[in-house]
Amino acid sequence: MIERAALPRQSLSPLARIARHAALLSIAVFALLPFVWMISTSLKPPSEILSSEVRFWPSEFYGAENFRAAFTAAPLARYLLNGVIVTSAIFTLQVLIALPAAYALAKLRFWGRDIVFGAVLFCLLIPYHAVAVPLFVFFYYLGILNSYAALVMPFTISVFGIFLMRQFFMTVPDDLVDAARMDGISEFGIVWRVMLPTAVPALTAFGIFSVVAHWNDYFWPLIAVSDQTYFTPPLGVVAFRNDEAGSNYGPLMAAATIIILPLVVAFLVAQKRFVEGITFTGMK
Amino acid sequence: MATHQSITSMPFDTIGRPVLTSGWRRALKRTLSAYALSIPAIVLMVIMLIAPLVSVFILALTDYQLGAPTFEFIGLRNFKALLGDSVFWTSLGNTLLYAALVVPGSVTLGLGAALLIESGVGLRSFYRAVFFLPVMATLIAMAIVWEFMLHPTFGIANLTLVSFGLRPQNWLQDGQLALPTLAVIGIWQQFGFNMVLFLAGLVTIPKHLYEAAALDGVPNAWERFRLVIWPMLGPVTLFVVVISAIRALQVFDTVQALTKGGPNKATEVLLYTMYAEGFEFFRTGYASAVTVVFIVLVLALTLAKTFILEKRVHYA
Repeated sequence: MIERAALPRQSLSPLARIARHAALLSIAVFALLPFVWMISTSLKPPSEILSSEVRFWPSEFYGAENFRAAFTAAPLARYLLNGVIVTSAIFTLQVLIALPAAYALAKLRFWGRDIVFGAVLFCLLIPYHAVAVPLFVFFYYLGILNSYAALVMPFTISVFGIFLMRQFFMTVPDDLVDAARMDGISEFGIVWRVMLPTAVPALTAFGIFSVVAHWNDYFWPLIAVSDQTYFTPPLGVVAFRNDEAGSNYGPLMAAATIIILPLVVAFLVAQKRFVEGITFTGMK
Repeated sequence: MATHQSITSMPFDTIGRPVLTSGWRRALKRTLSAYALSIPAIVLMVIMLIAPLVSVFILALTDYQLGAPTFEFIGLRNFKALLGDSVFWTSLGNTLLYAALVVPGSVTLGLGAALLIESGVGLRSFYRAVFFLPVMATLIAMAIVWEFMLHPTFGIANLTLVSFGLRPQNWLQDGQLALPTLAVIGIWQQFGFNMVLFLAGLVTIPKHLYEAAALDGVPNAWERFRLVIWPMLGPVTLFVVVISAIRALQVFDTVQALTKGGPNKATEVLLYTMYAEGFEFFRTGYASAVTVVFIVLVLALTLAKTFILEKRVHYA
């Protein structure tokens, strides 16, 4: 929908066209400068990084050394692996738990349904930082701080996922469900064999939202784990910065580049889906 | 309403059993399946969201410290202590000031970017992607990049100032500059998100309004903006302002990584206060009281947002 022309597409005068690009480019410089400077620094030798001259392209290419140092000076590969484990576990569990509930709320009648849906709407209002203190105490007594479980468990329930999928399932015709029942498919089977295939677009948007949110999350991992074994990429890059006492900027910028790379590449490949996924779900 | 899809619409008996019995059994079976399907979600919702939320309000009334064998209910003493705690007031003030800088900054820049993109045809998707990049990129990693750019001696910010003959600044260690500097990072991160919401809003403005404006002799782009676009974007703008405010109130990553609330509490913000009290000093009861204040602020804005969204949906 964003593709459509919103403003009247009268052709601008050449002067106006130049002014438009000039204004947009200056905003683009603001948006891009940190990325450009990060990459540029990750390719420079220490002597050039600490020089008092602003240069974007290194005169001596030092990228290989910096990126190698990023992987050897800190367990960066481990952090990345943890990030993959945690984000994929969260998303998988969110789907496994939210989809059946969303189907029940949309298509089945049972006592207490309105109460459950009311609770979902209520939980949508709870800011995610608000429950950190009691969850921390709870996990402390369970003895599961410093584990993958601590990183994943609070997010296994996505009330937003339930709400989103329930709204989507409401638009699926009842006939489709009835036909499946007539074919002898159980309610459980209907969720995965009938509803899931219709829900792929909504689920993709939700998946992008979930993965981006949890790959980038710093607040909860910071609280939940202190053992480096379980560090996610955001914790890892901060630990790296602290260990190097802010002197080894080449490898540090290389590490930052690597950590943002997976999402940035995915974004550039599937721009429209990402923008949709993050904004439409980010409005929650 | 589709919610009233009823179990009685289904007693289609194909194998010749009495319809009533079959319908009953199916109904019962379906009710049981409904519970089976939603029980995991219900249980987790209670454990991970509702019980913790209730606990925050209860803990706020206690002197509980993590690991302590006992605790006592102390009524509203935590809240009284908050009122007398200058750090809390600084923290609340800084949070609101941060929001007061980031909201107008990111909304104006987002609107400007959206209007500029839509006013022409060249390179639209390029600009859109570039402006959205900061929204996507891991904030904490980019915060560390910003820290390096703002380094007092060899950061690009100061090198640029010096090359123009200006005085270098101590961006993150200067009590006057630290919070505005973090606000600039906040604006940088948020404006692309706002831009996308504005782009979506611009699309909903009916074309004939522009045509009517042109026929009525609206002279230039500015007048067209003032007379047509701005009034039509009113609800979207309100929505974007509230959403940006909610996000600004939740500022934490940049503070924790770059300033730790300093220098001298100049960047102490609510979530950082809560984090320090709860997870560094383990004063759980006190941290819960701070959380209650945070919840009230965010909830007020969230309700406002829901209200706007409902209204918008109804008029759509």
